[in-house]
Amino acid sequence: MTAPTTTRAPGAAPRTPAPASAPTRWQRLRRSEAFAFYLFLTPWLVGLVGLTLGPMLFSLYAGFTRWDGVNSPEWIGFDNFRVMFGSDPDFWPSFGRTFFYAGARVALGVALALALAVILNTRLPGRTFFRTVFFLPTIVTGVPMFVVWAWMFDPDLGILNYLLSQVGIEGPAWLGDTTWAMPALILMSLTATGGTMIIFLAGLQGVPLELREAAVVDGAGWWHRFRAVTVPMISPVILFNVLMGLIASLQVFAEPFVMTQGGPERSTYVFGMYLFNEAFWYSNVGYASALAWVQFLVIVVLTFLVLRFARRRVHYLGS
Amino acid sequence: MTSTAPERGPRGAAPLRLTLTRGRVALVPLYVPLVIAAFFFALPFAWMLTGAFKAPSEITHYPPTFLPERLNADNFTQAADDVSLWRYLGNSLLVAVVSTVGTVLCASLAAFAFAYLRARGSRVMFGLVLATMMLPPFILLIPSYSIYQWLGWLDTYLPLTVPHFLGVGGAFYIFLLRQFFLGIPREIFEAARIDGAGRLRQYATIALPLAKPALITVALFQFVASWNDFFGPLIFLTDSSKFTLPVGIRFFQGLYATDYGNLMAATTVSVVPVLLLFLVAQRFFVQGIATTGGKG
Repeated sequence: MTAPTTTRAPGAAPRTPAPASAPTRWQRLRRSEAFAFYLFLTPWLVGLVGLTLGPMLFSLYAGFTRWDGVNSPEWIGFDNFRVMFGSDPDFWPSFGRTFFYAGARVALGVALALALAVILNTRLPGRTFFRTVFFLPTIVTGVPMFVVWAWMFDPDLGILNYLLSQVGIEGPAWLGDTTWAMPALILMSLTATGGTMIIFLAGLQGVPLELREAAVVDGAGWWHRFRAVTVPMISPVILFNVLMGLIASLQVFAEPFVMTQGGPERSTYVFGMYLFNEAFWYSNVGYASALAWVQFLVIVVLTFLVLRFARRRVHYLGS
Repeated sequence: MTSTAPERGPRGAAPLRLTLTRGRVALVPLYVPLVIAAFFFALPFAWMLTGAFKAPSEITHYPPTFLPERLNADNFTQAADDVSLWRYLGNSLLVAVVSTVGTVLCASLAAFAFAYLRARGSRVMFGLVLATMMLPPFILLIPSYSIYQWLGWLDTYLPLTVPHFLGVGGAFYIFLLRQFFLGIPREIFEAARIDGAGRLRQYATIALPLAKPALITVALFQFVASWNDFFGPLIFLTDSSKFTLPVGIRFFQGLYATDYGNLMAATTVSVVPVLLLFLVAQRFFVQGIATTGGKG
């Protein structure tokens, strides 16, 4: 790392004939704040241009080509998109599955997180312990835990169907059943909702106590208080969690990849799996680039729609 | 991010005496959902830890047992024989530590610039930081693969570490550190400048030491993210001796799909380091996550 403009001392011996009292343009530049700003930012800028914006543009170009990733790409105009929207039997179904997964996961996960946060936002003895337990699976996650869940979902040897049998329910085959595989993935995702809960807890602590006390004085029951005071007050936080949840779960990949390989009978073949297989299994790299751009644009459009919808529903304090 | 203890007295915590004047008995209904939820949140960890010590006959036994009949470590030695478990552990550690160092360096430099240095275009740059937070990894991974192929970096750890020195995927960390830096009074830096300290000295000797809690938060998040990362190693590594734990376990699962005892031993090896890290440093994780929502 070169030292940026650290030489405040005017000792920089002027090799140019310019007098020391009038610094050259280069010296002025070197000392300027802007120069330092961009010097500090250089590593990030290199990454932005070389490993983010550059690749994005390249993948946009690749989306309009037929390309196997090895030979040179061949420009085919909008053909990839025509195939995608028109004749590819995997596109629309995988899209539908992904939206089903994301919708259910976000709706149930945000509701669960909010419920847990509301309960933990009291002076309940032991709440720190519960917070730890609920937050743990958010941090300690990934492939190892998916493998554990796959065993828990095992219809014969797993713990879940055993527990169900104890209350007189004959459990489904979970990951082996076309109807139950996706709900199983959603069920598992609910334990990863601790981060959302933490954000809700932080939001709930910003709800002025006076408002709730006033509601209590007015004789409002807890449900009415929750609907009329708490929810409006934390609506920006709810919006944030819904949006972040949607963005993350529309990209789901590792869970089905590890637990079901997209099966049985493609019932968990989500968009991420589809994209991955096209790119790294079938070497349709051009087509997969087009798919990746569609995924990106869907997320951008969805974000925009959610924010627009929210403009009328979300209450910001003091605005 | 200051070191106030939020546990002690949350400002907005509902005072129970208002709602529950009839005494503590009224608390019981609140515990019922909490205990049920906690059971399901903790179950996978209990199931994994106990499974790792169960003998094969016990694994396939019905009804399932909760605690292993006797503790045997055979699964661990067996798992280490089947795949290079300890090697994967070392690989994971190497990749996670190096990428954490890179992230902390790059993010703190950028955050320092955003917090203290004025320049034309700085707002646009910060906008770009926030915009990259929304990028799905797929859109970058396919072209990045070609770039690394061209550079000859495939099947090395370079694609898993070098980008972190260049801030790729680190937008959240830049944001978090900038928020923290903005909380440090400017006068401290003014004083240092009068004493003749250059900007790099101010960054290294004033900003970094003061930002220690935020830096720890960033380091913890990146370490865990790198440790849990599956997609990167899956795509960039092919030689099985170079695998990190997540791909190693996936590989193992492919070989011995239903050998649950050994699989649980392998997952335990992978999970316990992060589990301990979480238990020791939970407050940093909580504060880091709570900061994300703050801007919402």
